[in-house]
Amino acid sequence: MTDAPVLEIRDYRLNFNTFDGVYHALDGVNLAVGKGQSLGIVGETGCGKSVTVRNVLGLLPSPPAEVVSGEILYNGKDMLKVTPAEMQKIRGIEIAMIFQDPMTYLNPVFTIGTQMVDVILAHQKALDKSVRKNKKQARAHAIEMLRKVHLPNPESQIDRYPHELSGGMRQRVLIAMALSGSPKLLIADEPTTALDVTIQAQILDLIAELVEDMGLSVIIITHDLGVVAKVCDNVAVMYAGQVVEYGTIEEVFGKPKHPYTEGLLKSIPHPGKPPEELYGIPGFLPNLLTPPIGCRFQDRCPKAMEICGTPPKNRNNAAHDRTVLCHLYEEGFEDA
Amino acid sequence: MLQMIGKRSILMLGMLLGLLVITFSISHIAPGDPAALAAGPDATQEMIDQVREEYGFDKPLVEQFVIYVGGIFEGDLGRSVYTTRPVAQDLMVYFPATLELVIYSILFAIILGVPMGVISAVKQNGWVDNLVRFVSSSGVGLPMFWLGLMLQLYFGLQLGWFPLGGRLDLMTDPPTTITGMYTIDALLTLKFNVFFEALHHMVLPAIALSFPALASIVRVNRAEMIETLSLDYMTNARAQGISKFRMIAAYALKNAMLPTLAIIGLRFGWMLGGTVLIESVFDWPGVGLYALQAVTASDFEPVMAVTLILGAWFMLTNFLIDIIYGILDPRVRGRA
Amino acid sequence: MTDILDTPAEPTFRERHASTIRTMRLYARTFRNNGAAMIGLLIIAGFMFLVIFGPSIVPYPEDALGATHIEQKLQPPSADHWFGTDEVGNDVFTRVVIGARVSLQIGLIITGISMLIGVPLGIIAGYVGGWVEESIMRITDIFLSIPGLILAIAIVGVLGPGIGNAMLAISLVWWPGYVRLVQAKTLSLKSAIYVDAARSMGASKMRIVFVHILPNCLSPIIVKVSMDMGMAILYAASLGFLGLGAQPPFPEWGAMISVGRNYLPDWWWYSFFPGLAIFLTVLGFNLLGDGLRDILDPRGRE
Repeated sequence: MTDAPVLEIRDYRLNFNTFDGVYHALDGVNLAVGKGQSLGIVGETGCGKSVTVRNVLGLLPSPPAEVVSGEILYNGKDMLKVTPAEMQKIRGIEIAMIFQDPMTYLNPVFTIGTQMVDVILAHQKALDKSVRKNKKQARAHAIEMLRKVHLPNPESQIDRYPHELSGGMRQRVLIAMALSGSPKLLIADEPTTALDVTIQAQILDLIAELVEDMGLSVIIITHDLGVVAKVCDNVAVMYAGQVVEYGTIEEVFGKPKHPYTEGLLKSIPHPGKPPEELYGIPGFLPNLLTPPIGCRFQDRCPKAMEICGTPPKNRNNAAHDRTVLCHLYEEGFEDA
Repeated sequence: MLQMIGKRSILMLGMLLGLLVITFSISHIAPGDPAALAAGPDATQEMIDQVREEYGFDKPLVEQFVIYVGGIFEGDLGRSVYTTRPVAQDLMVYFPATLELVIYSILFAIILGVPMGVISAVKQNGWVDNLVRFVSSSGVGLPMFWLGLMLQLYFGLQLGWFPLGGRLDLMTDPPTTITGMYTIDALLTLKFNVFFEALHHMVLPAIALSFPALASIVRVNRAEMIETLSLDYMTNARAQGISKFRMIAAYALKNAMLPTLAIIGLRFGWMLGGTVLIESVFDWPGVGLYALQAVTASDFEPVMAVTLILGAWFMLTNFLIDIIYGILDPRVRGRA
Repeated sequence: MTDILDTPAEPTFRERHASTIRTMRLYARTFRNNGAAMIGLLIIAGFMFLVIFGPSIVPYPEDALGATHIEQKLQPPSADHWFGTDEVGNDVFTRVVIGARVSLQIGLIITGISMLIGVPLGIIAGYVGGWVEESIMRITDIFLSIPGLILAIAIVGVLGPGIGNAMLAISLVWWPGYVRLVQAKTLSLKSAIYVDAARSMGASKMRIVFVHILPNCLSPIIVKVSMDMGMAILYAASLGFLGLGAQPPFPEWGAMISVGRNYLPDWWWYSFFPGLAIFLTVLGFNLLGDGLRDILDPRGRE
C-alpha cells in the first residue's frame, strides 16, 4: 500500500458473552483498504466477516459484544473510541453502510422518500450552515440519488412504501440512501445475498459504476467468491474469526497460499468438471466457545503439521501487500 | 383506503345487528312472564295483559325482534319502571356524564402511558424502568372499585384534597346543557370556576377508572418498543446517521404503536364496563349507575338499553381504531 | 491427527440429551431472572397454601359462614383479630382466608366452562374453515365487542343475583377469548408441515386434531388460563361488589367489600383487607402468566 489506508483494522479481538459462555468471535483481525480501492472479505457463514465491520460504525450492541483489544482506524482515528457526537458526524457522511436484506432494513411504515429525506437532513447537521439543505432541497437530492442508482421514475417512486417495491429496487434505494451523504468509504454487508442471480449482477455493476463515479473506497463482505472476483481489487479470506490470507485478487485467487483458500477455490463447481469430482473441505468449524489453542484450521487442514498446535503468526511478503497466517510460511515467503 | 373504510362500515353494521340480536335474546331469557316483568311489580292482571298486547309479547319471536329493532330506530328504548320515564330520555341525561368520564380517563391513560412505555424501553433497567414495570404489573390486577374506595378514603377524606363524589359540589349549578359534559359546557359558556370544579370532581374517579388501562398500555408499549428497537431497520437508521430522538420517537414508535393501539381498544372496552363500578363508588350519575339501579329494581328495559348503547359505542371506537391503524400502517390499506 | 470420518464413541447421557438439558436450563434461568415471575410464583404458592390448609388453620372457622358474635362487632385489627371484625363480629382474617378457597373455585369454574365452550369451537373453526369458521368467528366478534362487565351485569340482571348466575354470566363473557386464541393457533398449525405429512400418511381428522393440533395449542392455552384465573376472580369480585354476585354472608371478597363499604371510613379494615387479597391474588396470577409466557412463547427471546 503506497498511500495511507482509508480504513485500517489492527489486531482486532472481540468476544460475545452469551448464555452458553464466552464466544471468541474475532481473534486478531488485520485489514486495510486504500483510497479508491475495493476490498472483499470472504469466508463461510459464521467466520466473523460481518461482525468485523459492524463496529466501524458502532453497530454492535455491547453487551453482549465486548472488544478485547485492537483498533479500527479511519484516517487515523480509532472508531472504537469516538464519542457519540463524533460518530454522528461520520455515519453516512464519511462512512456509509448497506446491508443484506432490503426488506427488513427499510422501515415499513414510512415512504422511501421520507426515509431518504430524513437521512439527508440528518447529514446536514455536520455541514457548515451556509451549505445546508432544507427539506425541499433534500427531497430533490433524494430524487437525484434515486436516479443515479437507476431507479425508474424516481419522482413517483419516491412516495412509495417499501413493500410496494421489488427486492432489487429496494436494494437500490438502500444504496441511494447510503451514498446520499457522499461518503468516502462504503461498507456493503452481503449486498447481493438476498437477491436473485440476475439482479445480483445488476447491483454489482451499479456498485462498480458508483465506485468509479464517486471515487469511493469499498469493503464488500460476501461468501460468494465470484462477487469478489468481479468487483474487488483486494481480498481478505477469513476463517473462524481470523484473516488467514490477504492480497490482491490475482495473487490470492491465482496463487493461493493458505490451505483453506486452496480448499475454497477447489470447491467451486466448474461447468466443465464432472459432478463426481466435487470437492468439499471435510470437517466442521471449530467451536469458538472453546477455540483450539493452535491454528484454528488444523483439524481440517490437509497439510497440518505438529507445529500447528501452536498459534501461527502472520507472515508478510517483502512489499507488505500480501499476508498469510500459516505455519507453512514460518520462514516467510516470496511471491512465486 | 376508502375501500377499507367501506368494508369495515358494512361489517360494523352487521355487528350492530348481531348486538341487537344478543340484547334481544338476553331480555328474553329472563325467567317468568316478560309482560309481567315489563309491567312492573305493582301491575294488575289487566295492566299485564295490556302490556302484553302493546309490546307484542304474544307474537312469535322473530316478529317481536322486528318490532324491537323498529322501535329502536324510532328512538324507543322502552320505559323505565323505576324512573317512569322513557329510557331514551333517561339516557340523554345520564350518558353525557359517562361519556365525559370515560373520555378523560382514556386520554389520561394514553397521554401518560405511551411516553412511559417509551422511556422505560429506551432506558431499560434504570430506576424509571423498574418503577414502571412494577406499576404496570400491579395495575392490571388492581380492582378498580377498591382503588376508587381507597383513593376516596385517603385523598378525599383523610387529606381532603378532592371531593368524595358527584360531578359538582352540592350548591353549584351545572352549566347550560349544550353537550351535557360539564367541562365542555362550562368552557363554552365561559364559566371557568365551574370548569375547574367539574375537573376537580373528576380527578379521583378518572384515576381509578384509567389505572388498569394505563398499566396495560405502558406494558404493551414498552414490550413493543423493546422489540422494535432491535429490528433491522433501526440498525439501518442508525448506520445512516439518523438522530436518536427521531429514531425513537418516529421510526420505532410508529411501528410499536400498532399493537399498542389494539390494546388501547381492548382496554377501552374494559373501561366501558368498569364505569359501572366507578360510578357506583363515586356516585357519578352516568349510565352505569342508571343500569345498576335498574337491575336491583328488576327493571330490564334500562339495562338492555345501556348494554346496547355501550356495545354500540365500543364497536364504533373499534371501527375508528381500525381506521387509525390503516392510516399508520400502509401494508394494511391494500389488503383491507 | 484424528480422522474426522472415524466412527465416534458412543454418546454419553449428557450428549444424547444435550439439547433438552440446555432447554431446561434456559427455561429455569429465564424464569429465575424474571424477578416478577418469581414473585408471582411466590404469591400463588402462598395462595394455594391458604386454599389447601386455610380451613384448618384459621382461628375462627365458624365465622366463615356467618356465625354471629354481635358483642365483638367492628373491632379494629388486633392480636386476636389480625384483620379486625365485621358488623356481626366475624373475624375478617378468617373470612379472607376462606375467601381464597372460594375464589379459586370461582376461577376454576369460570375458566373451566369457558374452555369447554371455547376450545372446541376454536378448533372446529380453525380446522374446518369455510362458512362454519366465518359464522363462529362473527358470533365471537360480536360477543367480544360488548364490554364484558356490562354483558355480565345484563345476564345476571335477568337471571337474578347469586354466585351461580354470576359464574355462568362471566363464563358466557369469557368463552369468545378462547375461541379466538385456539382458532388462530389451529390455523397456523393446520398448514404446518407435520400435519401435512400426517394427512398424507392417511391419518384421520380426529387423530390429527387430538394428536397434532390439540397438544400444540396447549402452551398458549396454559398461559391464557393462568392469566384468566386472576381476571375471572376480579370479575366475580366486581359483580359481588355490585351486589350481583355472591350474596352475604357468603365469604367472597367482592361481596365483603360491598358490605364493608357501608362502614367506611371509620371501620376501614372491613373493606381494605379483602381488597388487598383480591389485588395480590390477581397480581400473582398475572405475573405467573407473564413468566409462563416468557418461557413458552419466546418471541425474540435470544
